[in-house]
Amino acid sequence: MELCELTAHEAAATLRARELSSVELTHAYLERIEAVDPLLHAYLTVMRDEALAMARAADARLAAGEAGPLTGIPIALKDVLVTEGVETTAGSRMLKGYIPPYSATVVERLRDAGAVFLGKTNMDEFAMGSSNEYSAFGPVLNPWDTARVPGGSSGGSAAAVAADAATIALGSDTGGSIRQPAALCGVVGLKPTYGRVSRFGLIAFASSLDQIGPLAKDVTDAAILLGAIAGHDPRDSTTVDLPVPDYTASLVPDVKGLRLAVPREYFVPGMQPGMEEMVRSAIGALERMGASVGEVSLPSTPHALATYYIIAPAEASANLARFDGIKYGFSAAAPTMWEAYGKTRAQGFGPEVKRRIMIGTYALSATYYDAYYVKAQKIRTLVKRDFDAVFARYDAVLAPTSPSVAFELGQKTTDPVQMYLSDVCTLPVNIAGLPGISVPCGLLDGLPVGLQIITPAFGEELLVRIAYAYEQSGHYERQRPVLGNKVVSGS
Amino acid sequence: MEFEPVIGLEVHAQLLTRSKMFCGCSAAYADAPPNTHVCPVCMGAPGVMPVINEEAVRDTVKVALALHCEIPPFSKFDRKNYPYPDLVKGYQISQYDMPMSRHGYLDVAMDGAPFRVGIVRVHLEEDTAKLLHRLPATRGPRAGGAYSLMDINRSGVPLIEIVSAPDIHSPEQARAYAQTLRSVLQYLGVNEGDMEKGSLRCDANISLRPRGTTGLGVKTEVKNMNSFRALQAALAYEIRRQAEVLRSGGTLVQETRGWDEARGETLPQRSKEFAHDYRYFPEPDLPPLEFSPAYVEEVRASLPELADARRARLVAQYGLPEVDAATITASRALADFYEAAVAAAPQGAARDVANRLLSDVGGLLNAQGIEIDQSKLTPGNLAAVVRLLQDGTLNSKTARAVLEETFTTGKDPAAIVKEKGLTRIADPAQLEPVVRTVVASNPKPVADYRTGKTAALEALLGKVMGQTRGQADPDVARELLQKALAE
Repeated sequence: MELCELTAHEAAATLRARELSSVELTHAYLERIEAVDPLLHAYLTVMRDEALAMARAADARLAAGEAGPLTGIPIALKDVLVTEGVETTAGSRMLKGYIPPYSATVVERLRDAGAVFLGKTNMDEFAMGSSNEYSAFGPVLNPWDTARVPGGSSGGSAAAVAADAATIALGSDTGGSIRQPAALCGVVGLKPTYGRVSRFGLIAFASSLDQIGPLAKDVTDAAILLGAIAGHDPRDSTTVDLPVPDYTASLVPDVKGLRLAVPREYFVPGMQPGMEEMVRSAIGALERMGASVGEVSLPSTPHALATYYIIAPAEASANLARFDGIKYGFSAAAPTMWEAYGKTRAQGFGPEVKRRIMIGTYALSATYYDAYYVKAQKIRTLVKRDFDAVFARYDAVLAPTSPSVAFELGQKTTDPVQMYLSDVCTLPVNIAGLPGISVPCGLLDGLPVGLQIITPAFGEELLVRIAYAYEQSGHYERQRPVLGNKVVSGS
Repeated sequence: MEFEPVIGLEVHAQLLTRSKMFCGCSAAYADAPPNTHVCPVCMGAPGVMPVINEEAVRDTVKVALALHCEIPPFSKFDRKNYPYPDLVKGYQISQYDMPMSRHGYLDVAMDGAPFRVGIVRVHLEEDTAKLLHRLPATRGPRAGGAYSLMDINRSGVPLIEIVSAPDIHSPEQARAYAQTLRSVLQYLGVNEGDMEKGSLRCDANISLRPRGTTGLGVKTEVKNMNSFRALQAALAYEIRRQAEVLRSGGTLVQETRGWDEARGETLPQRSKEFAHDYRYFPEPDLPPLEFSPAYVEEVRASLPELADARRARLVAQYGLPEVDAATITASRALADFYEAAVAAAPQGAARDVANRLLSDVGGLLNAQGIEIDQSKLTPGNLAAVVRLLQDGTLNSKTARAVLEETFTTGKDPAAIVKEKGLTRIADPAQLEPVVRTVVASNPKPVADYRTGKTAALEALLGKVMGQTRGQADPDVARELLQKALAE
């Protein structure tokens, strides 16, 4: 087996058995990145020297018998996570060349766990986008078909894992930015409950929705990485002080007696033909394993998209105000301060970021605050109540992750609303603060499809258990993409 | 037409917490070099998050309780958005519609005309960075244009905003209110109270209305007043200015005006096109604040004795006149000084200590424009002077001289007495020759006295005091003079 094809848990076992060193594994990945990344553009920064130094340190820990499950494992970090001393751009021209003075809490936790950082992955600018086409540094391409998008905004992380250019990766999910690219690239992506993972050092897009989570080759790896990053952080007051369970203990293929809900609103009009059948077939596999499945309604779902596109831009408009060209990052020269502000932001931000800043500024303005922001917060409550009502009778909700498979580059960039609709199945989960996972459940026209599982808040153990059970069901055996530009004509 | 001013004050006070409002940096930046009390959080680096300083929250509750405010069980922080380089995040974390406290009042005991000012709210926020504007340099890399420097040390220092109701009706009342408020903050130990250094800042909203009416006129907001005196002067100017506009049939515009100390006038600061929409919304990075009744009561129980209570106690405990007690307790520092001096002075000298403190020391403080804790006078030295007075070593006049000396040098009063030979002369044998000389060389007042103008005695006594450089015991000297004149 190719070294780069190993999952994290397989690689960890091999490392601990001393059959392989982390330096060897890291070298293999650096070579793999060199070979495939010119095709994919998944990485913005490859941390070659740091990676090898970290691998050597990991090998010392392994030799001393002090290794944990991630010691020596090569990991990719979405470029929205700040890394001390390593350029962090969030996919924006605004932060080109910016070297942060500190590291995100999750980055520190992974460093402490002995992980090896391969590099920083490409993303939609400031995590705003569903296709990665809004990266200021050029799009990531889908390893299954380089004429297609990988999804977004964590498209770089998803593509890197799918193309074996990272064992495992971190992404961030504000409206589906982990789960949707995971689905489109055929990997596992998990968005934890809001408050489960520290956001300190995550360059904020929408603070009440953002959450960091793993992208992985299988559910086991996602569970391991989640366990490493979860938990209370005194530097993030929105993290919850609950003990972090051993998520790997939930890796049991048993769903007997579980009540699974399928919300009819998630099978949206305009969904790609064949998608519904594929997802329902995957749900059928869980039913055959002993779960019961019921059709339910989450009636506020159609309003979730509009709500999201008020709340997220509103928060973003404030979060991005600090980029004024004075303290760090891109700075345009101009004769006066106000002109410099204007030029810096006009030239530093891309079109989608500007669009959202304007929407958010408008929604928060005194005249429209009640009509938009206040109303959106009320609908947010309704969306939560919908889920609460379903969870009173069911253990989990199952749905498609994305209404379509990976679409072609340029297909939706001219129509922002079409792009926003890509997240219609994922963003209610962020609005309600719930955990969700996308697991690969088949290929449609030769392109990956994701099954989304949603559980109550802090129900990640159940989430992992159902996802693992599905993975083990044999309904779909994960496939690897053959890199290159394919002309797709049915599978 | 007669106008009545309607004034409300917004006072910003930096809290004396150890760390800043939302990060671990030291808040004591006053004498630190620029940009040394900073970290990614208070510099607004990408990705940082705020963490609430519990000490600052507690201090705010203290202030609110001292101002008789209600503490609602829930409050929250909001983002106040506006672009300016002194605001490193592009928004200030402040409180908008759910402040930590509301509906209080402050009683102001202004010289015989006490009044009450409503407190609309006390809320907690973060201070901004400081901009230092520089004129164009003639040479060097910045030659040519004006530029500004940023000092981020102040960014994120906890700041409370105390908003008064428009219950103030004169510049004198405004000043008295602000001074009383400062006293409360100082009693609580939460603020330094230095307007010049900016640890205490005061903005005023002022409008005029025809006396006897209850409506509100067009208001202006006056800023940039760096002392209590400036506050009073700026408001007096603004009243004149507004009245002139109204009397001449003009209309006032709602605007922000800055007090120009040098010119002695207020000038418009921002034009209307910059009228701000701060786009407040709840700060998503912070949980709401929740206060249990038990917490509020615990903070209330921890409040120190405030000025009102202390004044009453000084009257009861030391027998001070009400007005003296009020003057002493107006400043916590002065009251602390007084009580320390009383403790060091002889039994029963409390009133003498008060007299010396208010007359002699008060005069010295006023003359130099400083506070008691900025002088070199110690409570022990004031007590020593009182002791020297009581045991007859000093008289009233020499006591003042000794006080003045120890006030500026900090020297021990006994040493000053010895050094200057100021010991009182009460020995008749020593004074007798002086008295005789004075009687012999001042025939006019002697003749006056002898023809019944007894007031002339005081002139002669003055001569005796003068010749002894104030050391003569006036009672002994008077007795000797009378005896000599009767001869």
